[in-house]
Order: sequence, then C-alpha cells, then structure tokens
Amino acid sequence: MNVIETLAQYLSYPFVIYALIVGVLVALCSSLLGTTLVMKRLSYIGDGLSHVAFGAYAVAAVTGVTQNMLVIAPATVLAAVFLLRRGQSARVRGDAAIAMMSVAALAAGYLLMNVFGTQSNVSGDVCSTLFGSTSILTLTGLDVVMCMAMSIVVVGGFVLLYNRVFAVTFDEAFAQACGLPVDRYNLIIAIMIALVVVVGMNLVGALLLSALVVFPALSAMRVCGTFRSVTACSAVIGVVCALLGMIVSIVASTPVGSTIVVLDALCFGVFCAVGRLRRGGAQA
Amino acid sequence: MAYLVCDELKVGYDGKPVATGLSFAVNPGDLLCVIGENGAGKSTLVRTLLGLLEPIDGEVRFGDGLKPGEVGYLPQQGDVQRDFPASAWEIALSGCLVGLGRRPFFGKEERRVAAEALERVGAADLRDRPFSELSGGQQQRVLLARALCAASRLIVLDEPTTGLDPEASHALYELLDALRAGGMAIVAVTHDVREALGHATHVLVLDEPKPLFVTAAEYRSMPRGGAR
Repeated sequence: MNVIETLAQYLSYPFVIYALIVGVLVALCSSLLGTTLVMKRLSYIGDGLSHVAFGAYAVAAVTGVTQNMLVIAPATVLAAVFLLRRGQSARVRGDAAIAMMSVAALAAGYLLMNVFGTQSNVSGDVCSTLFGSTSILTLTGLDVVMCMAMSIVVVGGFVLLYNRVFAVTFDEAFAQACGLPVDRYNLIIAIMIALVVVVGMNLVGALLLSALVVFPALSAMRVCGTFRSVTACSAVIGVVCALLGMIVSIVASTPVGSTIVVLDALCFGVFCAVGRLRRGGAQA
Repeated sequence: MAYLVCDELKVGYDGKPVATGLSFAVNPGDLLCVIGENGAGKSTLVRTLLGLLEPIDGEVRFGDGLKPGEVGYLPQQGDVQRDFPASAWEIALSGCLVGLGRRPFFGKEERRVAAEALERVGAADLRDRPFSELSGGQQQRVLLARALCAASRLIVLDEPTTGLDPEASHALYELLDALRAGGMAIVAVTHDVREALGHATHVLVLDEPKPLFVTAAEYRSMPRGGAR
C-alpha cells in the first residue's frame, strides 16, 4: 500500500479528522500567543502550566471524574493567575515559583497515579499524558467542540486585543502611563495561555507543550521585522508543522507529539539559516 | 497657566520618601531639566508625574486643560526591549492607544497622528525598518514619536541621551528645541548636565539638602553651577 492510500484510509476515520482539527487549532492558538510570551520572558509558563495540568489530570483520573476537563481547566487557569500575580510583585521569585509549581505538580501527579491508579498500565498512561502519543487519537466529538470554542475565544480575543497586547508586551510602563489597565491584560493573556495548555496537552502532551509556544515564534523572529508579520508567520509555521507532523506520524507510525516538535525544531534551524543569510546579504 | 504644578511634593515607594519638598512648575515652551545623583529620586519623580506612583504627600496638579493621562513618556534606555520584533511604525503607532478608548483597532486619524509624529522627529524614512536594526539615536527618535502620539503638550524624558554618541545626543536636544518652539513643555531627567543646560529653561536639582528650582540662567550663575 502506498503512502497516499494509507493516508486516505486513515482520513476516513473520524478520530483522525478530530485529531487533525484539534492539532491545527491548538498549534494556531499557541503560536499566536508565543511571540508575546517569549518577549515577556514567560516562555517557561507554558511548560509550568502544562505540568500543573498534568497534576490535575492525575487527580481527575484517580478520583474517577470522567469529564476530567472540569478539574484540569480551572486548576490550570488558577495556576496561571497565581504565577502572573507573583511574577509582577517580584520577578525573581515569580520565576522560582514557576519552577517549584511545575516540578511539584509533576511529581504529585505521578505519585497519585502510581499509588491510587486504577488502570493496570500506569507508566504507559503517564507516558502518554506527558508525551501525548495516544490521547490525541482518543478524542471525542465533545473534545473537538470544546477545542473549537477555546480557539474562537483565544484567536478572537487576540485579534480584538492585538494593539493592547502589543503595547503591554513591548513596554508595560508606557502602556500604564497611557492609562491602559496593564494588569487586566496580563491576566487575560495568562488565562488564554492556560486554556491553550489545557487543550494542547492532548496533542503533544505536557512535556512538549512549550515547544508549540516557543518554536514558531522564535523561528518567525529570525526572518520577520514587524510584530504583525512575526505573529502571522508564527501562526503559519505552527499550523504547518502541526499538520505535517501529524501526517508524518500517521504514515510512518511515529509518536505524534515528538514528531511535531522535531519538525518545529527543524523549521527553527532553517529559519535561522535564512535569517543569517539575509542579514549577511544586507550588510554586504 | 502652567501645564504642571507641584507644591511641596513628596515622592517615594511604599510610604518611604525618596525626595521631599519638590516645588516647581512647567509652562508651555519650558524645558525643565531634572538633575541629581543616583538615588536622589529622579526616576521616582518621573513615575509620579506619569501617574504610575502615588505621591506620598502633596499633589501633581495639571493645568491648562491638561489631564493626568496626557503626558508623553520616553523611558530610560534599558527599560525598552531593544531586540523587540516590531517596525518603527508599529511602535510609534502604539502611542495612539491613549485615544483609542474602547475601539479595538487604529483608524485613519491615529495613522495620521503617528505619521506626523515620525515626521516631526525626523524618522519618517525609518517607518518600515525593524526597531532592532536601528541605531541608539534612531531608536530614541522613534520612541519620542510614540510619546508625541500619546501627548501633544507635555512629555517626560527619562535619561534621553544615555548611551547615545555626542552627535546623536546633540541632535536629540535640537529636536527638543524645535518641539518647544511649537509650545510643547518638556521635563527631562538627565546625567548629561553640560549638554542639557545649553537647552534648558529651568533646572530642578534633587541632591541639594533641599531641592532647588531655578531658571537655567540662575543655575549657570551659581558658584557650583558650571562645574556640574
């Protein structure tokens, strides 16, 4: 069977279509927010939050909550708000708070699943949550609808607040002097990233999630000179890498999350080279 | 009537005063130069004037129809991310957020104001250049254009010439002279007293036992004046 046929066969399954939709939407949302998070030196917040989400996932699994989103989403949003508040009052301690919270949540989650876990294959379960290898293929219609709703909120919010987000990202003090409610916008950004993390866990898993946030934005920054083009380019890179990664993983039977992340990393390498060539060319 | 009047102002953080007894006024066309040692409270005063910090005692009064939010701001070098991925145009335009109200996007009027501001600071040709690729002096001009977008009558500059070569800093002061000639009032905090004094109309000295507010001519005639 050739590649096209394999692909066509897989695409006839609804769960594969679900995975593709969710994957593209999550990649779009995280890469949109990526530029802001990277420039606000909050690259690590995606990672920290995803570990909190993993901890919450473990709690949901152990207590037998079937709609585990009801546990994961509020816990992650709360963590995002908490981290952001800390980050503002004391930068260094806020940084340490992210590290403590993410490691503690990771450890507690693993411990809970190991001690109280009901499934027989605990390490397999943990592995798939951390690396997202299978859970993206077990999405239900409801998951897809939730993901779409989340994407509309995040993309819509980002577009409407684009100019404010720009101001708050570039220069908080100036934005504040202009009378902009900077705290409120930071809070909105934190809630948006928390939502993306909650849904994104299914795609690449908790450990690899920050790759979706960081790589497209950094790649775009190598070549683009305006905020608008960086944001647009980042979104395109995120979506293309996610789509391509999922197709490769279907055809070559590789783990979904790591395939996407490796593609993102390769893309970053290419953009680095292009950026260097361009800058070299401009100087010569 | 003055744009800005401070009477026995006490500024500081968390109730701890950094500078006290600040009395001064800024009129249209003035360039008030704020000088003083590190830690004398220059930046604290700037933050208070911008409304980022509540005064501990006394008040900052705005006059002549000027509202508290209508103060343009040029931050200290280092407070701005020099490697930020944005064009000069996007940064200048972001100063127009003040007048945006609840609207999500910039309209024709904001674009006109931003284009005019870039023109006024002599940076119209930098419009589409990435901010990170500009020289220090060019970046300051773009940030000044942003401040002009935010406020048309009073701007506050925090160490505007730090990190600039003498030529660029001279050009910046000439630009400030041109803005003053148009009736704008400017408050500039600076280390670079020698260059600033040639352009200032008034001087506020923060490191005396008591802050001193004098005209530039009076300051130059003071015994220690010329040496600083």
